[in-house]
Amino acid sequence: MARAITTRKKVMWTALSWGIGLLIFFPILWTFLTSFKTEATAIADPPVWFAFDWTLENYRAVQERSNYPLALTNSIIIAVGSTILGIAIAVPAAWAMAFVPGRRTKDVLLWMLSTKMLPAVGVLYPLVLLAKWLGVMDSRILLIVVLMLINLPIIVWMLYTYFREIPGEILEAARMDGASLRNEIIYVLTPMAIPGIASTILLNIILAWNEAFWTILLTTVDAAPLTKFIASFSAPEGLFYAKLSAASMMAIAPILVMGWFSQKQLVRGLTFGAVK
Amino acid sequence: MKLERAFFAATAIVSVAATAAMAQSDATTLTIATVNNGDMITMQGLMDDFNEKHPDINVEWVTLEENVLRQNVTTDISTGGGQYDILTIGTYEVPIWGANGWLVPLDDLPAEYEVDDIIPAIRDGLSVDDTLYAVPFYGESSFTMYRKDLMEEAGLEMPDAPTWEFIRDAAAKMTDRENDVNGICLRGKAGWGENMALLTAMSNSFGARWFDEDWNAQFDSEAWSNTLNFYLDMMEESGPAGAANNGFNENLTLFQQGKCGIWIDATSAGQFVVNDDSTVAEHVGFAQAPDTGLGKRGNWLWAWSLAIPTSSENVEAAKTFLTWATGPDYGELVANEKGWVAVPPGTRSSLYENENYTGAAPFADMTMASMNTADPNNPTVDPVPYTGVQFVAIPEFQGIGTQVGQQFAAALAGQQSAEDALAAAQELTNEEMEAAGY
Repeated sequence: MARAITTRKKVMWTALSWGIGLLIFFPILWTFLTSFKTEATAIADPPVWFAFDWTLENYRAVQERSNYPLALTNSIIIAVGSTILGIAIAVPAAWAMAFVPGRRTKDVLLWMLSTKMLPAVGVLYPLVLLAKWLGVMDSRILLIVVLMLINLPIIVWMLYTYFREIPGEILEAARMDGASLRNEIIYVLTPMAIPGIASTILLNIILAWNEAFWTILLTTVDAAPLTKFIASFSAPEGLFYAKLSAASMMAIAPILVMGWFSQKQLVRGLTFGAVK
Repeated sequence: MKLERAFFAATAIVSVAATAAMAQSDATTLTIATVNNGDMITMQGLMDDFNEKHPDINVEWVTLEENVLRQNVTTDISTGGGQYDILTIGTYEVPIWGANGWLVPLDDLPAEYEVDDIIPAIRDGLSVDDTLYAVPFYGESSFTMYRKDLMEEAGLEMPDAPTWEFIRDAAAKMTDRENDVNGICLRGKAGWGENMALLTAMSNSFGARWFDEDWNAQFDSEAWSNTLNFYLDMMEESGPAGAANNGFNENLTLFQQGKCGIWIDATSAGQFVVNDDSTVAEHVGFAQAPDTGLGKRGNWLWAWSLAIPTSSENVEAAKTFLTWATGPDYGELVANEKGWVAVPPGTRSSLYENENYTGAAPFADMTMASMNTADPNNPTVDPVPYTGVQFVAIPEFQGIGTQVGQQFAAALAGQQSAEDALAAAQELTNEEMEAAGY
């Protein structure tokens, strides 16, 4: 009897998980299907599911009208660049906070997080004027620095949490063996925190990839990433749903694939230290 | 060792990215910020002609959704960013930005540009103190699109210039909800450029206005109450379900699929309801926007236009582009490639005297008649301190218009009464205007 209930429960939980999973995945599936429809089938009512003439026309039109390779390259450089720069700054910062905390470390951590609560538009004008003065508007380096600064609090917080799980005695032992501070961080701390660092990197690449406020406002042509590429296919007057879907699929495909392949690391990293 | 190398590689990638972004060419490059609509896409496809005539000018396009474009361009122009050489802006922005000194005056266009050929109402809308600050790329008013077959079944005939009462009556008779036919489809989605474009234009024909001459909000007037109650009652009798979510695109879809008897919206929709995507193409008729006999019709006026910001460093090259893209020869260029029906409408009077065009576009006469009856300087029956037919050309309007639109959309969705919506609109408008120092 007990066994039957367990099986039924299992089936229920599995069905529920699948249901929630499909619900979350549905918008992506629908975008995928719409991207292969004609504009007329895309807006058909009742909606057409699979029985339509699949066409690659939208992908061709999108390709023709915009510079996808440039947008993709920009997205990759900006997302990866800002994450690497962020990690390079955050590892020493998180080390200091985790292993040699001062009286105000907690306050500093909280203060850092509070900058995330600032509405982005509040610093728009100072930042644009500064970028203009430095002559770096519409450049990748500007976006790398800006996105790094925006995500830095999250990177430091995540790394701080992981580092706190590592016993300080191991680092002390390394120091007794004569390791310098630099060697201690690079050869002892970092390898032990690899799962945490990996998930921080992945999460930050995703955040930087999807960032649409700064990437749209600070670029025009040369540094415009995929967010600007998608924005160019949205229209309030005129029906371009199928083309918009094709553009969306092209923009999310790389990050979607990366997400699938790194699922394990992401989940492990995000739940790191959750069970004591 | 591996990790150390990774850190060095990281620094290298970042610095390479910095230098790679700096490459620039010598020829004059114009960066044009534009919206994503059919006419703009057509223009991008015709660039070979421009490049042939002006090999020394390169053109780069930045296409964006309307609101994103507005945000981008406003930031650029107010900081003197100089990222763009040509901006695509509407009749709402031009009077404000022109008065601010943000746009280059276009009072020295060459004679062959034939500036007098531009439709007078549009030219007025793009001028400040009689100085032109932008040239129209395509213009639109609004009009009534209807199904001739359904009208016939209902035993009615649509006059060229109907009244709102006639429209309401005809819509009720055409409504057949069992067969999914709604007598009337109107915008309901909240937004200053969505439901408020329709309702503000409609309110003009009921004698309402946004502000009196001292900038006091007028939502407590009888005229506004008549407008909103009429709209809500008519939509309840004959409108589609979930109308509070419908904007231009949604109503276009409904109309194309034969689910609307009447649709009052932009004249630029004319080409979409008679094209191949429309299942009712052969049954569509056109009439002017309705009135109530007070001397004003419920039609708006809008023109997507090209302007040059004062921060541009390539003003002369930009002017060369403007005269090509909006000049008298451009229409023929489009016609040769895509047929006369695809020529951007609503900018030049000569287009409406061209038999090739009027023969190909069944909506041409009504478009011209509608454009000629809209007056941005005297939009409604009583005098007003602002310009604009379906908007008020002050910087605060985007915010206020959208908030008022949300109140009216909530009334359409049945979440509050017309009176409550008007009272809320009155209060929030006066508050915002007071805060803005009016």
